[in-house]
Amino acid sequence: MALLGKLTWDAIPFDQPIVMGTSVVIAVAIVGLVLLITVKRWWSYLWNEWLTSVDHKRIGVMYVILALVMLVRGFADAIMMRMQLALAAGGAQGYLPPEHYDQIFSAHGTIMIFFVAMPFVIGLMNFAVPLQLGIRDVAFPVLNNVSLWLTAAGVLLVNLSLFVGEFARTGWLAYPPLSEIAYSPGVGVDYYLWSLQISGLGTLLSGINLTTTILKMRAPGMKYSRMPVFCWTALASNLLIVAAFPILTATFAMLLLDRYCGFHFFTNEAGGNPMMYINLIWIWGHPEVYILILPAFGVFSEVVATFSGKPLFGYRSMVMATMAICVLSFVVWLHHFFTMGASANVNAFFGVATMIIAVPTGVKIFNWLFTMYGGRIRFTVPMYWTIGFIVTFVIGGMTGVLMAVPPADFVLHNSLFLIAHFHNTAIGGVVFGVLAGYTYWFPKAFGFTLNERLGKLIFWCWFLGFYLAFMPLYALGLMGATRRMQHYSELSWKPWMMVALCGAVLIFLGIALTVVQLIVSIRQRNRHRDRTGDIWAARTLEWSIPSPPPAWNFARLPLVDSTDAFWVAKQRANEGAQTPADAYTAVHLPRNNPTGIFLAFFAVIFGFAMIWHIWWLAAIGIVGALSVFLMQAWRPEEETEISAEEIAAYEQRTARGAT
Amino acid sequence: MHTTAERMGRALVLVVGSVALASCNEGPLSPKGPIGQAEKTILFDATAIMLAVVIPVIVLTLVFAWWFRAGNKRALYLPDWEYSGRIEMIVWSIPALIVLFLGGMAWISSHDLDPPAALRSHNKPLEIQVVSMDWKWLFIYPDQSIAAVNELTVPVATPIHFRLTSSSVMNSFFIPQLGSQIYTMAGMVTQVNLQADEEGTYPGRSVQFSGDGFSDMKFDVHAVSDASFQQWVTAAKANGASLDATGYDALVKPSQADAPHTFSNVESRLFDRAVMATMNAEGH
Repeated sequence: MALLGKLTWDAIPFDQPIVMGTSVVIAVAIVGLVLLITVKRWWSYLWNEWLTSVDHKRIGVMYVILALVMLVRGFADAIMMRMQLALAAGGAQGYLPPEHYDQIFSAHGTIMIFFVAMPFVIGLMNFAVPLQLGIRDVAFPVLNNVSLWLTAAGVLLVNLSLFVGEFARTGWLAYPPLSEIAYSPGVGVDYYLWSLQISGLGTLLSGINLTTTILKMRAPGMKYSRMPVFCWTALASNLLIVAAFPILTATFAMLLLDRYCGFHFFTNEAGGNPMMYINLIWIWGHPEVYILILPAFGVFSEVVATFSGKPLFGYRSMVMATMAICVLSFVVWLHHFFTMGASANVNAFFGVATMIIAVPTGVKIFNWLFTMYGGRIRFTVPMYWTIGFIVTFVIGGMTGVLMAVPPADFVLHNSLFLIAHFHNTAIGGVVFGVLAGYTYWFPKAFGFTLNERLGKLIFWCWFLGFYLAFMPLYALGLMGATRRMQHYSELSWKPWMMVALCGAVLIFLGIALTVVQLIVSIRQRNRHRDRTGDIWAARTLEWSIPSPPPAWNFARLPLVDSTDAFWVAKQRANEGAQTPADAYTAVHLPRNNPTGIFLAFFAVIFGFAMIWHIWWLAAIGIVGALSVFLMQAWRPEEETEISAEEIAAYEQRTARGAT
Repeated sequence: MHTTAERMGRALVLVVGSVALASCNEGPLSPKGPIGQAEKTILFDATAIMLAVVIPVIVLTLVFAWWFRAGNKRALYLPDWEYSGRIEMIVWSIPALIVLFLGGMAWISSHDLDPPAALRSHNKPLEIQVVSMDWKWLFIYPDQSIAAVNELTVPVATPIHFRLTSSSVMNSFFIPQLGSQIYTMAGMVTQVNLQADEEGTYPGRSVQFSGDGFSDMKFDVHAVSDASFQQWVTAAKANGASLDATGYDALVKPSQADAPHTFSNVESRLFDRAVMATMNAEGH
């Protein structure tokens, strides 16, 4: 056995100019960044204040940064696919051969779901949930940091596959038997499996953390019936994470056993059953859809109430609808493969169950509408995203219900119509939602607002770009066009593919402007400072504290006696009511902790070694990770105390008008 | 009231019409057989029912957003309005009623259009056995003892009973203009019943990604008259190479974009052998 397992110089794709060019650009960017940090002497600040931070707000921000960076990577894959399909009509083969194209669509799906949508949503929940609950941190702050870094470890492995070896050529869910060693002997599927196993562990830990936080750590008086709706959707989402991610981990573990140890869970031979994998992966996969969309619904609920200047209409209905979706999401998975040949009764059951989810979802749409009714709507950027979402999402919902009718699915399954449908909900729902949340909470996180004009431009790029890119895909699907084609013979499809490419270019502009907006807003920060802490005239507790909030969030834990607690407090203050203020007390906060970053370091080593069959290195990775874990477990108590005087001084310094 | 309804109806026709126009070539919207026809009807009916709610919701969203803008002094402001039992009742009822309706449709159509269900016809169904391979389609006509690769010839107005399996990875067998696709899986047999009512050539393909040769894994379906079909069968019997187990083992080896060709003297039970092949194979 070779010292480096399967790893040789052949693993580096020197013969592929696109890959090598990208590698060089990324290498230069990383070296440049490292140099900049070194020259500016930012290392210790970065290490102490960010990388090892256990502050939920900073961890949330880092999750979002991770998501934004990976959005660029995932989008690069997207526009390469769109260019390929705009070219490869008739006899043409385009510029990407199948073995490259197949990796790109697999990477696109994997990255967009696991490393863009998930970290973005988790980042927003991490940032906003403890603030909305009126508490000082999540239940397990160090674990929170570990979760972030395990996700980052997965990200690193996925990106490594670009330069060392290859990525899966199986589609983003790696259906066996195609993903079995007999048909995918390369390291691509192993990159896929190990990066998702490691990041999946991070997601599960994060889910446990936030679930515990919401169930056990609310501010005094904040009963479930007084929680902001975003916290309810976060609760539903994290319950789903806790219930669904172990299924994903177990399924991948079985596929790993097949690939590494000659087991036969999902092989064609020796009694294996590939369809079992497809059932299991969707038993995770469908709840996953709601893990992503429910927090986005929560963001829209906060935004629409705030900018309509009204409480959310039908709070109880919204909560019931959220929890109904949470439960129902587990009984619909089979609609992803009606065409497997199940009996009519089975198909009909899952079709009807799927449609039933449209009821609570429809209720939500109507309640947002009635929240706007009788409001005084301020057209801020988050509100643009919200209105764009409602208009777009109902179309995506409609095409989804359409495909829930099994015979309709028999002709639409795996077509570009399906691709258009899930991008309609993923972009129109999740992306619009997280970008609304990003704009909404940005001033809370950093103390200044994002440039409004650029924000609206970004919205229009995404909004119009989405319609241009995906409406043609609906039409193409109805013409019989299939997903994952590397080329096609029908020349009549080409004009539609060209329009879709234009849409992708428009979305690219939106992403580029997001970077511009960030730079411009940072430069103009003094003009757009939020000195009140309540820049949107909002309703929930995160707006009752300074922007950015201090490490301890709340100088005094708020007493909650209603929904929209901060709004009610402001009303009382306006009426001249004096709330007697208790004296400040000292606060204990957990200290920085490098456990996460060290664990992730060894996790990457372990994952990489397993992918390339370098067993001795895998052993080092495991032993290393275990040692870090043990050192953390037996660490001396590590907390810092913030004295009452310090807090009082801070409060005086940041004294705000309203409260 | 009348004019709004009329306008909405017109918008509906416009949307549905433009989609239909855009897609009137080789997709499921220009069906050539009873299954495809029924499925097209479902697509249109379900879409029309949902548009009846979706379009008003989109319009209301824009109208509410515009009318209740902060600058509009004529709009009423209800800063504390957060609940109305009557409205709640309506917002739960509307989607529930639609889903009740569509759910019924889903239930009935799932049974009516169940892929293994035989089609009603005066003509005796034609049996065709399908094996998906890396990356081509093998169509065996057991009663005629012939077979074809990447080309499917069927008589019109005759129900075709397909039994399908895979020699390797999963694929999905789909002829958009005839309707219902179905997966092909190694070691398993799925069934689908289709029929072409009009003579013509219709594209068919795999729609489940199966690896590098996937894009060329397609075939033309020639729906021809009974007489032409008999001629084709006779020609295939006379001209094609024969296909026995050894020939099958050669054919099953991966290849891409194979030109259509036929086989005569196809060994009986070749399909059953294909189904059992992967199941009996040793693990590695």
